[in-house]
Amino acid sequence: MPPKKTIRTIPQERTPMQEQDPDIRATNFAEVTCGYTLEEALREAERCLFCPDEPCVRGCPVEIDIPAFILKITEKNFHGAYETITDTNLLPAICGRVCPQETQCEGVCTIVDTLEPVAIGRLERFVGDMAIAEGWESVPYVEPSGLRVAIVGSGPAGMACAADMAKAGCEVTVYEVFHEAGGVLKYGIPDFRLPNEVIDAEIDKLRQLGITFECNTLVGRLFTVEQLLTEMGYHAVFIGTGAGYPSFMGIPGESLAGVLSANELLTRCNLMRARDFPDFDTPLQPGKRVAVIGAGNTAMDAMRVCLRLGAETVYCVYRRTRIEAPARAEEIHHAEEEGIEFHWLTSPVEILGDDDSNVRGLRCQSMELGEPDESGRRRPVSVPDSEFEMDVDMVVYAIGTNANPILGQTSSLRLNDRGYIVADESLATSIAGVWAGGDIVTGAATVIEAMGAGRKAAAAMKEYLGLRDTNVVYLPERSGSDGKRFGIDLHEHDYARVSV
Amino acid sequence: MTADSRKTSQFEIVRREDFSDVTYLLEIRHPLMARAARPGQFVIVMEHEHGERIPLTLADFDRDRGTVTLVVQAVGKTTKEMQERCQVGTSLYALVGPMGIPSHIGLARKVVCVGGGLGVAPVYPQARAYKQSGAYVIGVIGFRSKELMFWEDKFRAVCDEFIVCTDDGSEGIKGLVTAGIEQAIAHHSDIDELVAIGPPIMMKFCAETTRPHGIKTLVSMNPVMVDGTGMCGGCRVRVGDQVKFACVDGPDFDGHAVDFDDLMARLQRFRASETDALERWQEACRVRADAEAQREPPPLIGTRPAADR
Ligand SMILES: Cc1cc2nc3c(=O)[nH]c(=O)nc-3n(C[C@H](O)[C@H](O)[C@H](O)COP(=O)(O)OP(=O)(O)OC[C@H]3O[C@@H](n4cnc5c(N)ncnc54)[C@H](O)[C@@H]3O)c2cc1C
Ligand SMILES: Cc1cc2nc3c(=O)[nH]c(=O)nc-3n(C[C@H](O)[C@H](O)[C@H](O)COP(=O)(O)OP(=O)(O)OC[C@H]3O[C@@H](n4cnc5c(N)ncnc54)[C@H](O)[C@@H]3O)c2cc1C
Ligand code: SF4
Ligand code: SF4
Ligand code: FES
Repeated sequence: MPPKKTIRTIPQERTPMQEQDPDIRATNFAEVTCGYTLEEALREAERCLFCPDEPCVRGCPVEIDIPAFILKITEKNFHGAYETITDTNLLPAICGRVCPQETQCEGVCTIVDTLEPVAIGRLERFVGDMAIAEGWESVPYVEPSGLRVAIVGSGPAGMACAADMAKAGCEVTVYEVFHEAGGVLKYGIPDFRLPNEVIDAEIDKLRQLGITFECNTLVGRLFTVEQLLTEMGYHAVFIGTGAGYPSFMGIPGESLAGVLSANELLTRCNLMRARDFPDFDTPLQPGKRVAVIGAGNTAMDAMRVCLRLGAETVYCVYRRTRIEAPARAEEIHHAEEEGIEFHWLTSPVEILGDDDSNVRGLRCQSMELGEPDESGRRRPVSVPDSEFEMDVDMVVYAIGTNANPILGQTSSLRLNDRGYIVADESLATSIAGVWAGGDIVTGAATVIEAMGAGRKAAAAMKEYLGLRDTNVVYLPERSGSDGKRFGIDLHEHDYARVSV
Repeated sequence: MTADSRKTSQFEIVRREDFSDVTYLLEIRHPLMARAARPGQFVIVMEHEHGERIPLTLADFDRDRGTVTLVVQAVGKTTKEMQERCQVGTSLYALVGPMGIPSHIGLARKVVCVGGGLGVAPVYPQARAYKQSGAYVIGVIGFRSKELMFWEDKFRAVCDEFIVCTDDGSEGIKGLVTAGIEQAIAHHSDIDELVAIGPPIMMKFCAETTRPHGIKTLVSMNPVMVDGTGMCGGCRVRVGDQVKFACVDGPDFDGHAVDFDDLMARLQRFRASETDALERWQEACRVRADAEAQREPPPLIGTRPAADR
């Protein structure tokens, strides 16, 4: 039984997390936040009331049993806490770092009316990091079902689906077009927010489940989705190709040399390691005075990357206000601390170039908020005669992305009018045997929502493949430190038949 | 686990041919790609783990041998390094494709296929496909001079008519490929289509040559690319009043609508870094060559001729 606590008896202050000093961190790519120590984690875990109605669980897109894992932390049963989390969320070290907790689990925490919410994300990260550091893993022997599943795209949606299908005894291959797996986690989100080692460690766990990653494979062009089901003999396919096609505004000056999408900037810097040029070959030529258009996570990442690449000033140009900015609260806060200059209610009208086709400025106009639009947000309207120029030499677009066209060009998948794949409740597409989820279905969303979609599709795929409950016997764990079963929940994963 | 364990050695180079001291051919084993490849498509290559992703057109593919062929011109750090390191038996770190929309080999009855310099290689598969579709193919190839010519026989074999142009007149017509195009147009009033691949400036003038005659003209755009999958937008080109991503909407576009000046300006985007990288690499090569020369073991018997450095 969890101990009885009241809001008055728990530690009132949310335990702060150590961070690198803003002045120092703005010059390096090391992680900004340092994670909780053991003592800090234990202290923060004490703040949870273990509410019987569990509002936080419903706030999490994959419904992690939050009070249960926090209780295990208070009991110092960290391995148990890890098992509880990984029942539903395969990548705690990643989600603990990048989830927008304030609008998900923590936003609805019982104590949030009076106190700051329990730091659920930080605790989750603590457990995830400990699992990586301790090398907790156990590879269950799952009797092969003889069924083969192909996953297209190695982002969070694909990874989550792959793991569930592998645990159900399927032979799973993940196809990825880049030379490294991980999707946006790898090429988009920078190291100072989510170190590559964390992603690689989590991907390694998937490999241990027997999942094969085939990089350098452009599905649609090297072979089609239909071919996966026919010639290549897969029994089911999941598509998690993300929504990476970047938008531009169509204002004059967009083909100047210093104008690029945040995706290009981040891919060059993170995946291709242009920040270590000339040790790595990919160039970037960062600006000294940079304007980033947009105020989502992508914009924050782009701005903070530019600072670290040596920019003297970085402006954020956003046509609404801070309240409407879609980025995680913590990221805006971190960006401000690092010295990003925010220009709210500002919209670009023209990018100015010099004779050599380089950017020399950005002409903007001021906005004010008018009537609410369909999304319920107040629509920004321009203020007459408010134009002014910003002195910049680089302009980065982070105003959103669209659906990638390749699978639409090469398959009979039904798309909606904006190019996203049409999927039903169970995420089945218009082709029998093919499911889809993540950003390519919903449009740009979050890591945990993409993972949730991957798991939801996996449940439907298991049903379709007839992988039903059977008697399950697990072999004793092969590795792992304390002899406990790891990462596998009998009720969750009793689809597979296991021989002893 | 390290990036090393991801390193595949599946992209083995099985043949290499040097056409000149700057142009070389690599034939690489990739049976699946050989099957999927269509004329007009390209691949992205990374020579090594620290390398850049560079796009190269599929110059040929052989389904029986299970190979694809690239023809590369050594222009900067990556392509020069590849020239040095890509030998038969070595492997590329990454090779992905085929990318881009295949050229539309329609019902054109009479086509002109123009290749300028290196562009001869990427236009070859299209000429062959037109020939196979039953069209009358006029090949026009242009080089600076006779010594730089390659694939002349191969190209000629898929053409009904074949026109060679050289800048210095050492072979065929003395002049640019546009002279060859004009000659073809003069002899044939019923040309349906013209395909031109080569440097942007050449493609621009090809388009200008056909414009007054209203001949449909396709050109292959080669902007700077990163991913080749529509994710970065670095490869955007202006076509008419629209912005297109060459890697997923192309690389072939209507030559009469393309903004070549915009393309040429955007190709200069990373000029400073590229020059820097090339100079550093050449310097490193010099240092290495010097060090190796010094490390040479002393001759056992003192009869070896003195320093041949
Ligand atoms: C810069 C940035 C910062 C972000 N920050 C946050 C954050 O802090 N918190 C948060 O919750 N969310 C954040 N997001 C959003 C989040 O990353 C995405 O919602 C999530 O990654 C979507 O997952 P996915 O699996 O659907 O697709 P992706 O992660 O996009 O993965 C798709 C993968 O499929 C591959 N692929 C595409 N087409 C093909 C093909 N034809 N063949 C083979 N492979 C293919 C791609 O290369 C890619 O690797 C951020 C996004 C960006 C861009
Ligand atoms: C669709 C397409 C097909 C191509 N096909 C061929 C081919 O068959 N054979 C061939 O030799 N070359 C081809 N190219 C050009 C080739 O990609 C560049 O020559 C190569 O990237 C130069 O790299 P580098 O490091 O050696 O030279 P650098 O010194 O880096 O660059 C020299 C010039 O090449 C261009 N360039 C540089 N990086 C890139 C890049 N990532 N993508 C595109 N262009 C770049 C720029 O204009 C640059 O100024 C093609 C390009 C495209 C876009
Ligand atoms: S996965 Fe995200 S939303 Fe769910 S509990 Fe963890 S941090 Fe909260
Ligand atoms: S709502 Fe908050 S206090 Fe209640 S169980 Fe969840 S995390 Fe704990
Ligand atoms: S190369 Fe990145 S979008 Fe075309």
